[in-house]
Amino acid sequence: MTIDPDMREICELFFQESAEGLDAMEAGLLGLTSGAADPETMNEIFRAAHSIKGGASTFGFMDVSGFTHHVETLLDRMRKNEYPVTEDAVTLLLQTVDCIRSMVGALMEDRAPDMARAATLQRALESLPVPGIPPATTTAAPLSQSQPVAASVTGSGWNIIYRPHEDVLRSCNDPALIMRELNRLGDATVTVCGVDQLDFAALDPETCQLWWQIALRGDVSHEQIKEVFAWVEGQCELDITPLESDHAAVPESTTAIAVASMQTAPTVSIDDATSAIEGPAINRKASQDVASIRVSTDKVDVLINLVGELVITQSMLARFNESFSTDDLDTLRDGLAQLTRTTRELQEQAMRIRMLPIRGTFARFPRLVHDLSRKLGKKITLKLTGEDTELDKIVLEKIADPLVHLVRNCLDHGIESPAARRAAGKPETGTLELSAYHESGTIVIDVIDDGGGIDSRKVLAKARAAGLVPEDEVPSQDRINNLIFEPGFSTADQISDVSGRGVGLDVVRRNIGDLGGHVHIQSTEGRGSTFRIRLPLTLAILDGQLARVGSEIYIIPLISILETRQVQREHISLIAGQAELYRVRDEYLPIVRLSEHFHVPPNGSAVSDGLLVIAEADGRRAGLLVDDLLGQQQVVIKSLQTNYYTVPGFSGATILGDGTVSLILDVPGVIRAARQSPAIPVQTANAASARASVVNSTTSTRLH
Amino acid sequence: MSRILTVDDSASMRELLRFVLERAGHEVFQAVDGDDALAKAAIQTSDVVVTDVHMPHMNGIDLVRHLRQIPNYRYVPILVLTTESGTEWKQQGKAVGATGWLVKPFDPSTLLSTIARVLPQQYDLSRSNG
Repeated sequence: MTIDPDMREICELFFQESAEGLDAMEAGLLGLTSGAADPETMNEIFRAAHSIKGGASTFGFMDVSGFTHHVETLLDRMRKNEYPVTEDAVTLLLQTVDCIRSMVGALMEDRAPDMARAATLQRALESLPVPGIPPATTTAAPLSQSQPVAASVTGSGWNIIYRPHEDVLRSCNDPALIMRELNRLGDATVTVCGVDQLDFAALDPETCQLWWQIALRGDVSHEQIKEVFAWVEGQCELDITPLESDHAAVPESTTAIAVASMQTAPTVSIDDATSAIEGPAINRKASQDVASIRVSTDKVDVLINLVGELVITQSMLARFNESFSTDDLDTLRDGLAQLTRTTRELQEQAMRIRMLPIRGTFARFPRLVHDLSRKLGKKITLKLTGEDTELDKIVLEKIADPLVHLVRNCLDHGIESPAARRAAGKPETGTLELSAYHESGTIVIDVIDDGGGIDSRKVLAKARAAGLVPEDEVPSQDRINNLIFEPGFSTADQISDVSGRGVGLDVVRRNIGDLGGHVHIQSTEGRGSTFRIRLPLTLAILDGQLARVGSEIYIIPLISILETRQVQREHISLIAGQAELYRVRDEYLPIVRLSEHFHVPPNGSAVSDGLLVIAEADGRRAGLLVDDLLGQQQVVIKSLQTNYYTVPGFSGATILGDGTVSLILDVPGVIRAARQSPAIPVQTANAASARASVVNSTTSTRLH
Repeated sequence: MSRILTVDDSASMRELLRFVLERAGHEVFQAVDGDDALAKAAIQTSDVVVTDVHMPHMNGIDLVRHLRQIPNYRYVPILVLTTESGTEWKQQGKAVGATGWLVKPFDPSTLLSTIARVLPQQYDLSRSNG
């Protein structure tokens, strides 16, 4: 059986729609407050289930449609207020949503769906503790129902009298079409009656004043005839009698067609198109997971407009190729200004293509919070704000797991049990807020809870026990709070299966760090905590600070720079005659002399002539000593791995406006290295050839 | 060849209808919901309308009622897509002027034969005039 590629695409559409429908069901179910079914929400949930069922049966996924039918039955009862919306029912329905989701997922990958789970849930649906759920009547009929109905076939034929009501034409049920259908079934001899009673002067073309008598000869069943008239049932009087007894009306058949046989039973045999429909269900190839983004046409239109403007500017400037006089100087300047403007705009808009709202990522949390709070016996309200904040697609994909981890952590360790909250004079229901917004060129995601906050004494004790903080050091409150991000740290007295899964918050911090962002926690004991994640807008372009070290120009990502200071000698202190520390306010920060670190010949100038860039990564701070700061600019990141190989201390390279290549500092790496040993020997040759390599293959850009 | 307006909020159903009908040589134009269908019907005639019943905002029944108000759609056969259990929809559809219904799930041949059933293509004008 060959599968039509178009048909496969349509199947993909069905999968995509089912996923959206399931999301809608889940969101709707979570929105139902126990006991009171909001009619509109209820209808939406029902409609989503109904569409999935209908689609699944149309595409031949009978397992899915059969199971969804049971779910739909319960939803239908709920929306008709025949069944109460209880928490148990909602939880069960949520489980069925998961089940359908996994069934559809299996179909997408050409696996057989897990019917055992479906069967269990189906039993649970049927045994919900209110009497009178009728056992599922009909699951959708199988696709091929081509066998003609065999009952009550007569060899000779039928005499049919068809008296339509006057209004039958208004629904476009043309009697001629019915005659045509009858003629298909057998040999019909049609007699038009009532012509002689017509008043031609008052003839209304919309009113049917005629009736018909048909003698239908052939091997035709009573049901087949009734089916032809199914659409006019209730709009006509119909006599169907066996042909041989046409003189006497058989009593039982004088009434209008009974409702009994409403379903059409198609008599046409299945043609090739059917195989096209059945094919994909069986032979669909494993999912071709091509990374793609759905981009709204608005965004594309803006891009095309901008390209149009570029072309105009280009043609304006191209004139100067042929002749140029000083009179043209103003025009040239205008043109260049326009070029700058358009290019910047084009860059921003092109970046926007990769940007997606965080809504999709946030959408999973209502369910997570619902399930977890039930499991933990806590009462929690989830608040989502800034769902339309847009993030780079890759950032979005990679931030989901850390966010889940943080939320789990907040639910498990942050928000207290209702009893504890009452004792602390707080409302029983805790609040968890997820909030996303833009702030000075970065994206901020806050995870805020109004729970117990961080117990500083407990954290400090644990940290000392783990050797993270020396016995004699008294760390700042801020430092204590952020200790929970250290590897191997867990404050939970008892590891629960909710968040204590062997992965600590250090992984969260590392994941966020990999995205070029950082996470910081603010906490007030008894009042709650705020985890603030700060992320770059995109991974392809970076806001960089150009810094000169000797003869080299490096780029320091702006996101990791806290401040810059003129070096003052009295603030430098030496420990063990080796490591230099710099005092900023009350904190001592290690100094990293970049020239020494990268073995760049220093300018020979004194330390006090330099500038100290205070940078932070992974919750650690250090002062990076540079000779000069040159300016800030957006740089396009070019990966070193693709062109050369990873060089410690650098995360990538870029090409500056004047064509020279500049290396981008890997701030976390530099700070880590500096803390471990004062100077990691990096081969200068490495850095130099890395640059050469980038120059040679500037075409390959990686969003990494 | 006939021009068929299909109305369904589900893209997969829309595409399925388009796929089958276009293969059979029909011209298909699609609407994603009732409002869209009415907007398209206002500027475009068609020979048959096939509409889903369950749609947000305006259901298929209301759409039929509105379509029948449009002069060009007064005599156009309208089929509603419903499920086997949707007896009430069939009756409601009839009440507002739907021509008939098509029961989901359907196989392509059923779809085509049902459409063929309402298409007046086999009229022999010369004979009916005479």
